[in-house]
Amino acid sequence: MLKIRDLNVHYGGIHALRGISIDVPENKIVTLIGANGAGKSTTLRSIMGLVKSSSGEVVYNGENILNKRTRDIVSKGIVMVPEGRRVFPNLNVEENLILGAYIRKDKEAIKKDMNFVYELFPRLKERKWQKAGTMSGGEQQMLAVGRALMTKPKLLLMDEPSLGLAPLIVKDIFQIIKEIHKDGVTILLVEQNAKAALEIADYGYVLETGTIVLEGKGKDLLNNDDVQRAYLGEAK
Amino acid sequence: MSKKTKLTLISIIACIGILFILNSTLGSYQLRILNLCGIYVILALSLNLINGFVGLFSLGHAGFMAIGAYTSALLTMPPEAKEMNFFLKPIVPWLANVQLSFPIALFMAGVLAAGAGVLIGAPVLRLKDDYLAIATLGFSEIIRVIFTNTQSITNGALGIKGLPYIGIFNKASEAIWWTWGVAIITIIFMALLINGSYGRAFKAIREDEIAAEAMGINLFKHKLMAFVIGSFFAGIGGALLGHLMGTIDPLMFRFLLTFNIVLIVVLGGIGSITGSVISAVIVTIAMEALRVLDGDMQIGSYIIKGIPGTRMVVFSALLMIVIIFYQRGIMGTNEFTWDWILKRQKKISEPLNKEKVS
Repeated sequence: MLKIRDLNVHYGGIHALRGISIDVPENKIVTLIGANGAGKSTTLRSIMGLVKSSSGEVVYNGENILNKRTRDIVSKGIVMVPEGRRVFPNLNVEENLILGAYIRKDKEAIKKDMNFVYELFPRLKERKWQKAGTMSGGEQQMLAVGRALMTKPKLLLMDEPSLGLAPLIVKDIFQIIKEIHKDGVTILLVEQNAKAALEIADYGYVLETGTIVLEGKGKDLLNNDDVQRAYLGEAK
Repeated sequence: MSKKTKLTLISIIACIGILFILNSTLGSYQLRILNLCGIYVILALSLNLINGFVGLFSLGHAGFMAIGAYTSALLTMPPEAKEMNFFLKPIVPWLANVQLSFPIALFMAGVLAAGAGVLIGAPVLRLKDDYLAIATLGFSEIIRVIFTNTQSITNGALGIKGLPYIGIFNKASEAIWWTWGVAIITIIFMALLINGSYGRAFKAIREDEIAAEAMGINLFKHKLMAFVIGSFFAGIGGALLGHLMGTIDPLMFRFLLTFNIVLIVVLGGIGSITGSVISAVIVTIAMEALRVLDGDMQIGSYIIKGIPGTRMVVFSALLMIVIIFYQRGIMGTNEFTWDWILKRQKKISEPLNKEKVS
């Protein structure tokens, strides 16, 4: 579905991504793990066209979308749940969700999807008229995910959905990711919480200072000694 | 027709009724203030769209108003009046004999200001926050300097005197229908715009640009759109102000004028239409009421010599107090809605019903 080939991104003089290649097959969960500053978020941002990439290819369903405009990429069915949630704090839950469907024009279907999101997150339904900024971190994360689902994505990019959340809520969030995946949405998940991410992922990549140092099936990576030592703190 | 639309129509008709009564009972001084209120409502709403709803800190309002005021003045004045005004250097021939009716000139004032909005907005809206404020402030000063120096078009520093009254019939009593008419149209237009899908996109951009962009919202298009609509109404407001005053000169459109409007918007609540309307009326009336401060004051036998501009100190202090202690202004980002009123009514009538039952 999505093929990244030899992608390079520079921030001024800093070479943030050094020719990475990633495959995201349809109907799979692929995860990208790595420490701070490894280039995980940069990868997602360059897929979305939010940062300019210097060279490489991002092929989505046979079409190169590298450096296309973000709104065109969104309308092709790729949506990002941004890092740190980034809900619109002074707008209420309902408005946030409607904004998620900004590029869609089919009113009936939007209403249906809104009900679907409310079913998925009953908490959001309870807080329909509450300002997003006054909700807890977990609820805001649910809203961010719900907002992204309103775009009716085929490919969902998630940037650290567990960031700053209590362990119990992290568990909920990963449960929801699995549910969304079951509905036929392909997911590219960026995480620092390597264990949780690898447990649900079909395939994983380990990113270090802009290069991919390791890749493999989720379970294999989970049991890999190097990964355990570096990210899971369970060296044998 | 829904209940809310009915209520809106009824209240508009009520407004017209009140205006009619005020127009026939108030003296010319009070009417002038009432007109000024209407004009400041238009100006505050146009600035609030840019500053409050899209979150672009623009300080260029006086520039757009100047463009509007001069456009309308030059388009409505009869050729003889222009000849009398331009005694130092004659007016350019293509402007000398133009005379359009007031509504067309008013519309042209808005269009020209909006055109300037496109020209200045396209490069400047890539900037953010303070940089945008500085750039737009610079634009407004540039307009002022240009108008001071284009003697054969704007009559330079001498200004233009004897602008025709607001309206088509050249009567003073007509003004209120134009000022408040345009104000009501502006209020309705802004309310529809803000509650529609464009309005939501505006607010999303204000709240979080990156998230808005990730939702597929075209940032530049929406920012420019708000900026241009804002400058259109600023141009119209400026034109009405010019005709109400009867005299315009470049010095009138200094930063102080922008400051007044910013003050109204901040006091009313950044991002609230209702707040802007309420605070525009309050501030305009207060500015006149506080004129006492500009004159000589007598405390016992001691007389303090009046310093013109003292009342502005009060407003500056008020602005500081609001910024420090009450940043949300009168309304915050809340709006007056019929739902709110109906809910209130229910709450009040519910206990009464219960009492009756018991």
